[in-house]
Amino acid sequence: MPKEFKRDRLVQVPGTALLPERDVERSPILECRHLGIDFGGLRALDDLDITIGRTEIAGLIGPNGAGKTTVFNLLTKVYNPTRGSVLLDGMDTAGKTTAQVNQMGIARTFQNIRLFHNQSVIDNVLIGLHNEMSYGMFASILRLPSFWRAERIARGRAMELLSIFGLEVHADELAGSLPYGAQRRLEIVRALATNPALLLLDEPAAGMNPSETVELMENIVKIRDTFQIAILLIEHDMNLVMGICEGIAVLNFGKVIAKGSPEDIRANPAVIEAYLGRKGAAQT
Amino acid sequence: MSFLNYLISGISLGSIYAIIALGYTMVYGIAKMLNFAHGDVIMVGAYVCFFAAAKYNLPPAIGILAAVLVCTTLGIVIEKLAYKPLRQATSLAVLITAIGVSYFLQNAALLLWSSSPKVFPNFFAQQTVNEAGKKIKITGFQLFGGQLRISYVTLVTIAACLVIMAALLLFINHTKLGKAMRACSEDKGAAQLMGINVDATISLTFAIGSGLAAVAGVLLCSAYPTLVPTTGSMPGIKAFTAAVFGGIGSIPGALLGGLLLGVIEIMAKAYISTQMSDAVVFLVLIVVLLVKPAGLLGKKVREKV
Repeated sequence: MPKEFKRDRLVQVPGTALLPERDVERSPILECRHLGIDFGGLRALDDLDITIGRTEIAGLIGPNGAGKTTVFNLLTKVYNPTRGSVLLDGMDTAGKTTAQVNQMGIARTFQNIRLFHNQSVIDNVLIGLHNEMSYGMFASILRLPSFWRAERIARGRAMELLSIFGLEVHADELAGSLPYGAQRRLEIVRALATNPALLLLDEPAAGMNPSETVELMENIVKIRDTFQIAILLIEHDMNLVMGICEGIAVLNFGKVIAKGSPEDIRANPAVIEAYLGRKGAAQT
Repeated sequence: MSFLNYLISGISLGSIYAIIALGYTMVYGIAKMLNFAHGDVIMVGAYVCFFAAAKYNLPPAIGILAAVLVCTTLGIVIEKLAYKPLRQATSLAVLITAIGVSYFLQNAALLLWSSSPKVFPNFFAQQTVNEAGKKIKITGFQLFGGQLRISYVTLVTIAACLVIMAALLLFINHTKLGKAMRACSEDKGAAQLMGINVDATISLTFAIGSGLAAVAGVLLCSAYPTLVPTTGSMPGIKAFTAAVFGGIGSIPGALLGGLLLGVIEIMAKAYISTQMSDAVVFLVLIVVLLVKPAGLLGKKVREKV
């Protein structure tokens, strides 16, 4: 576990939600109510109720095919839910497009890295800063001072974000030429550039070795502390999940089978059964 | 000296191809579709400019501006009505729709403006009075004692092509909208999740491509002044060939492909056979694609296994 990492106690708030103690006074950043989606006859996700606090690091775990990435796709409006609703900062995201949801404050990374591989590292971040730059087409064609000012500010901001992950030295290299671990870090930087209130990380530690994973854990906590945002992550690495997540939800076959603190989850028989099978669970 | 003459007219024709090819290549790069109606947008642009200048006696600059405005709007409307509903459809369905739009535009022009050819005015000629007191138009100038003739249209065409190319490269590489376009061209899903409005970006691409088509239409008809409803189709196909030749999706490729195609076509006309010139053009295309399947400046896409 990263040093100086303080984990808050989870507190039950009215309406069955669990929030870290420090976030209880403030309205949650994300609320999913009875969220569900069907693909044809397949009920891929059903009755998902999760609540995430303003500065919570939350985890979504479950066996392969449980519907974890589907949750991310629903939150970012890549899919439209069949049932239920998603409230971001109290506002319903129904009827919004993916781009609009991003502007409302949700950013994400991908399980399989989806950087703009043929563009430079800094351009990837500048694309993330797209909506932060306010100059019109007119100003950019005529190269008015407002254009140069906005470009300069954006570049400065991009370098600042890159330096969190020590990527500033690679700024002018092609994103596709970075080593795997650096590409994963760049994806997080690019997502942060869109100025999110909630950051979704889809298997951020996939393919990382243990020491890289520890560094990643420290960085995730650092991001939360610096930007004061909420982070929801999908991860199979239990050291990472149990190490830094405050609230954890466990999915199996599209249903939440357990919610709570890492300690609760670790001791929950339903979770052990989902991961190890009934026979395995009986042996523990 | 005649070689130099041919070379210059080749570059001039090639510049027009290059401007049209830009429209193909940009739309392909971002929407991943072949907009076969692009050639007919050229024709619409030329007609608008013709009517503005010849019928309503507006100054040429206003005529060109009107053509650009009408074509930009037309491009956006075509995309919204015909292509956007097919965003999730197979590329074949979109391709057939594009061919349909092409025929629609040609036949609409036939209905509106009839099949009788219009003679496009030469905007780039100077009015003077000769020794006999008659009004004449000077369409160009001569060098080396009359051996080398360069028309003003040629000069304007080449200059326009270079300016457009430079402006477009600056726009794509150094502005946030250009970055949004590049992001969409690489991965629409990821671009959306970065807060980029993909639909608006595709509309912008069609708007720019169609605006350029209008400019190309005016330049084309200034050089070859017969205007009929099918005027745009052959240059459209040639420009598409130029885009593939240079590497579709690449903007410098469109310039290179357009120029080479224009020069090859004029040289083939001059030294081989007028009838065979198109055959020679396409023969060169086939040879180039056999050697470099992605086109001259195209990127090779490696399939992941």
